[in-house]
Amino acid sequence: MDASKTRRFEAVVLPHLDAAYNLARWLTHSDQDGEDVVQEAYLRAFRFFDGFRGNHGRAWLLTIVRNTAMSWLEDGRASSATREYDEERHAGAHSDGPEAQLARKDERGQVNAALKKLSVEFREVLVLREMEDLSYREIAQVAGIPVGTVMSRLSRARKEFAALLAKEDGNGR
Amino acid sequence: MDAEETQEAQEAMQLRERIKGEAKYHAAPPRLAARILASLPEDPAEIPRSGWRWNIAWVSSAVAALCVLALGLGMFLTLPNADDRLADDVVAGHVRALMVDHASDVASSDRHTVKPWFAGKLDFSPPVFDLTAQGFALVGGRLDYLDRQPVAALVYRHRQHLINLFVWPAAGDAPLRRIERQGFHLLHWAGGGMNYWAVSDLNADELMQFRLMLEKAAD
Repeated sequence: MDASKTRRFEAVVLPHLDAAYNLARWLTHSDQDGEDVVQEAYLRAFRFFDGFRGNHGRAWLLTIVRNTAMSWLEDGRASSATREYDEERHAGAHSDGPEAQLARKDERGQVNAALKKLSVEFREVLVLREMEDLSYREIAQVAGIPVGTVMSRLSRARKEFAALLAKEDGNGR
Repeated sequence: MDAEETQEAQEAMQLRERIKGEAKYHAAPPRLAARILASLPEDPAEIPRSGWRWNIAWVSSAVAALCVLALGLGMFLTLPNADDRLADDVVAGHVRALMVDHASDVASSDRHTVKPWFAGKLDFSPPVFDLTAQGFALVGGRLDYLDRQPVAALVYRHRQHLINLFVWPAAGDAPLRRIERQGFHLLHWAGGGMNYWAVSDLNADELMQFRLMLEKAAD
C-alpha cells in the first residue's frame, strides 16, 4: 500500500485525537488552549512524520502534545481570560448523544477539582496512567523522564491527589 | 510485600477507580479534526478524493505515468488479498466514525431499539446484544458500506474506547483471525451465517474478551 503522507498521517495519528485533546486540556485547563496546543502539536507531528516508524502512534503523538503544551505554559501563552465555564450548567447545550450523556454522568466535581489543583507534573502522569492507560515505559517516553522516576512520581502524585481529594470530599458533601 | 506497601497498592487501586469513573474525559470537539486537516500542508502526491484541485498538466502527466506503470508492471503486481483490503476498509470505517463524532445513527443502549432500526434499511437482521453487564455497553448502530454492500455497524463502548462491530451475511464459516493495523486491533470471524469484523484501539486481549462475550450472548 503506497498511501501518500497525508493519508498515512490521518490513519496513524488522527485516531488519537481524543487522547491528545484530553491531555492538552488537562494540562492547559482551557478549551481554547487545549485546541490550539493540539493543532500546533499535529502540525509538528506532521513535520516529523517521515521519521516516525512503528505502531506506537499514540505515545509518539502524546509526547509531541505534551512538549507543545509545556512550552505553551512556559511561554505564558495560556489565554489570560480563562475561558472555562460552568460545565454542569452548560452541559445541556451540548449534543445529546449517548457519549454526551455518559460524559455528563461522569462530571463529578471532587475528582476533577482535586486533579486540577495538582501540580502539572503530577497531573500529567496521573492523566497518562489512569485515563489513557499508558504503560510506565510509555509515560517515561511522553514525559521525558526515566521509568524509575515515573513510578516514584506516580506514587507521590497519588498521595498528593488523595490529600486534595480528602479536602474536596470534605467540602462537597 | 509489607503491610505498608499492600496498603499503598490498595489505595492506588481505589484512586485509579475514582479517576477512571469520575474525572472528566475531554473528548476532542468535532470541529478540531476538521481544523487540523485544513491546516496540514497540501500533499501533492495525494489523489484527490473530492473535487479537482490540480491542473490539467499535472493530471495528464500522472495519467501517463500510471499508464506506463500499468503496462510495465501490471501483470506482476501482487494485489493484497481480499481480507487485507477489507481490513483497511474496516479501519477506515472506524476512523471515519470517530473523526466526525458520529458513531451511531441510532443512539441507544437498548437492543430492542437498535435491532428494529436496521429492519427497514438492510435485507438482513444483524444480531444485537446488550453486553453492558459484561463491561461492553451498547452505544448504538449505523449503516456502513463494506465489501461492496451495505453492512450493519454496531457500536460498543469499553471504558473510554469505542468498538465498531461490522456485521453482514456470510456464505460460510471462517475461523478467527487477529489483525493489527495502524495501531488498531481487528478481529474477523464468520459464523451463524454472519461475517463479523470488530475494530478498536482497545488492546488485543480486551477485544478478544469482547468477542467471547458476544459468542456467549449468542448461545
